[in-house]
Amino acid sequence: MAYKQYVLVCGGTACESDKGPALLTALKKAVAQNGLVNDVQVVRTGCFGFCAKGPIVKILPQNTLYVEVKPEDAEEIVKEHLVKGQVVSRLLYDKAQSKRNVAIDGIDFYQKQFRIVLRNCGVIDPDKIDEYIARDGYKALEKALFEMKPRDVIDEVSKSGLRGRGGAGFPTGKKWEFAAVQPAGQKYMVCNADEGDPGAYMDRSTLEGDPHSILEAMTIAGYAIGADTGFIYIRAEYPLAIQRLENAIKQATEYGLLGKNILGSDFSFNIELRLGAGAFVCGEETALLASIEGKRGMPSPRPPFPAVKGLWGRPTVINNVETLANIPVILTKGSLWFSKIGTATSKGTKVFALTGKINNSGLIEVPMGTTLREIIFDVGGGIRDGKAFKAAQTGGPSGGMIPPQFLDTPIDYENLSKIGSIMGSGGLIVMDEDDCIPDVTKFYLDFTVDESCGKCAPCRIGGRKLLNYLANICNGDSTEKDIDKMLDISNAMSRASLCGLGQTASNPVQSSLRYFMDEYKEHIIDKKCRAGKCKNLLVYSIDTEKCLGCTACARVCPASAIAGERRQPHVIDSAKCIKCGQCFEVCKFNAVTRS
Amino acid sequence: MAKLTLEDLRKLRAEKQKVMGKSGSSCKNAQIIVGMGTCGIAAGAKDTFNAITDALAAVGVTNVQVSQTGCMGSCYAEPTVEVIAPDMPPVIYGKVDAETGKLIVEEHIVNKHLIDNHICDKPSMDIVSETGK
Repeated sequence: MAYKQYVLVCGGTACESDKGPALLTALKKAVAQNGLVNDVQVVRTGCFGFCAKGPIVKILPQNTLYVEVKPEDAEEIVKEHLVKGQVVSRLLYDKAQSKRNVAIDGIDFYQKQFRIVLRNCGVIDPDKIDEYIARDGYKALEKALFEMKPRDVIDEVSKSGLRGRGGAGFPTGKKWEFAAVQPAGQKYMVCNADEGDPGAYMDRSTLEGDPHSILEAMTIAGYAIGADTGFIYIRAEYPLAIQRLENAIKQATEYGLLGKNILGSDFSFNIELRLGAGAFVCGEETALLASIEGKRGMPSPRPPFPAVKGLWGRPTVINNVETLANIPVILTKGSLWFSKIGTATSKGTKVFALTGKINNSGLIEVPMGTTLREIIFDVGGGIRDGKAFKAAQTGGPSGGMIPPQFLDTPIDYENLSKIGSIMGSGGLIVMDEDDCIPDVTKFYLDFTVDESCGKCAPCRIGGRKLLNYLANICNGDSTEKDIDKMLDISNAMSRASLCGLGQTASNPVQSSLRYFMDEYKEHIIDKKCRAGKCKNLLVYSIDTEKCLGCTACARVCPASAIAGERRQPHVIDSAKCIKCGQCFEVCKFNAVTRS
Repeated sequence: MAKLTLEDLRKLRAEKQKVMGKSGSSCKNAQIIVGMGTCGIAAGAKDTFNAITDALAAVGVTNVQVSQTGCMGSCYAEPTVEVIAPDMPPVIYGKVDAETGKLIVEEHIVNKHLIDNHICDKPSMDIVSETGK
């Protein structure tokens, strides 16, 4: 027999430390005392996020959420809610805090996430077109083809306030208009699925989970600008996304949702895939177009913009995957609905790949204007192992580091650029006290230097020079003058580079110097790395009073740098030590020290 | 499949909505949906999927539909599995290895108990079914 009600008690670590187990016992006891053991199941769950408000209790099937529940409250929840069916209002989540979300449709919900782009991800079977259709799929295409003129479609997208989600945030409607007003003739619609930032996987997940939404959006865009051919430029490193897209294109073609005279209208549109080899620079639109044309993927100066002169010299619109995934919803629900979500200048939602030192890493979608604190501590469940938050990097290697003082800044395009970062495509990497800022900056520079196409000197030479300075800082071979030189080079790179890659490559350097100068100076002047990441700045030694001579460190040392008799204190030969830290890890008596 | 006209598409949608709309307490047959994006598969979703179908065969339950979906977004809890069973609230389970997959069949489907330690919250409301125009 199924139970009538379920009491879910969150069992995440943050709640555990906060009386979670005592609460579980109290609830089970209260259920038993009230004779409900056959009607109510008390279940311990995984982490629900929301840890700042823990412990959390959720009652199913009513979906009631109680926060900050204490063991003493168990009796009341059981007697009032489970027995009498009356909500214990004093324990409900304070609705005042979720006002922004309530504004959407007047529906009350406590979650910080709001899924437009990811509406079907994790819901439908991506290999079944019928499931997409059942969830209002291809309804927007219907509306566009049979109820709207191309001009109306562009107006609707413009009015929604949708801006490009690939990074720069250019208004999508305007981009479409530029291409639409070009003289009729061959035009192209391109989807940029060349996602390359380290730690970013928003587009991959969208394509894998909901490929038809992209096909539908591209067809609508093609109709709006007067294109009959679309290309999806996707990296070959995404085999599953490619397989699901190919299957989706096949199904849509069979249904007549792609191809000649779509749904019996006089509009025809075809989509082909173009596989990239995984070069970061090919995410830049002019380099991407060169790659589709079969040329080496290198950027070229703009203007002319692709909307005027793109693929094979024809007007071409290039939109990112996430941007496109919004389009069907904007048409079915209307631009007004969409424009109510977000901030004054940034409408809708943003998908982030939340990674790094975070408890609940994941693919999340929040309304624009959500703060970093809400993302990290409510949705993400806080920093792993209860450590201190140090910085968050948005925008991947082209973005900047956001220090703790901006945790409460609402995230939108303008605010992020004000604090020296960018929205970027949506990688969000969280760093804690164990991460070394110069070391992380070096990692990003290493990536962009590796990915620079080498066409223009500021990016090719500047990036390499910056990387050398950063390596020297981490090795303890730098002087204070190096910082001025780094600032000069960074400036020159952002002003003189040919494309977005070079223009933004120095962002991690500039923002980290702006907010974490003390950490750079510590490395340069005191030759110290507080996070213990820069090997050359570390010295390992053994505390002779604590060492019992167990020989564990000597046995694990790969450089044979530790000597000593059994049961006698051991010594590290710092000349031989390669600073791998294995002795530090293996010592059970805390006798190995690192400074 | 012949090419659809506007009318055909609308008819197809209405039909499929009727079938898909049956979830939670109103559905007759249970559904087990496994998150199978690259992320889920890398975390072992294929083993989970197989364990679930094997366990269903072992207990002789035939009216459960097992299907795949994309990423549910809870990377920290992969593989993730949603279970929609008659007379029970729909639930998303996280960290479902093969062993837990078997447990889902034996406990959730057969005994109608929720399983401890694996339930995740639904990340967000559904804009397709829960919000108006």
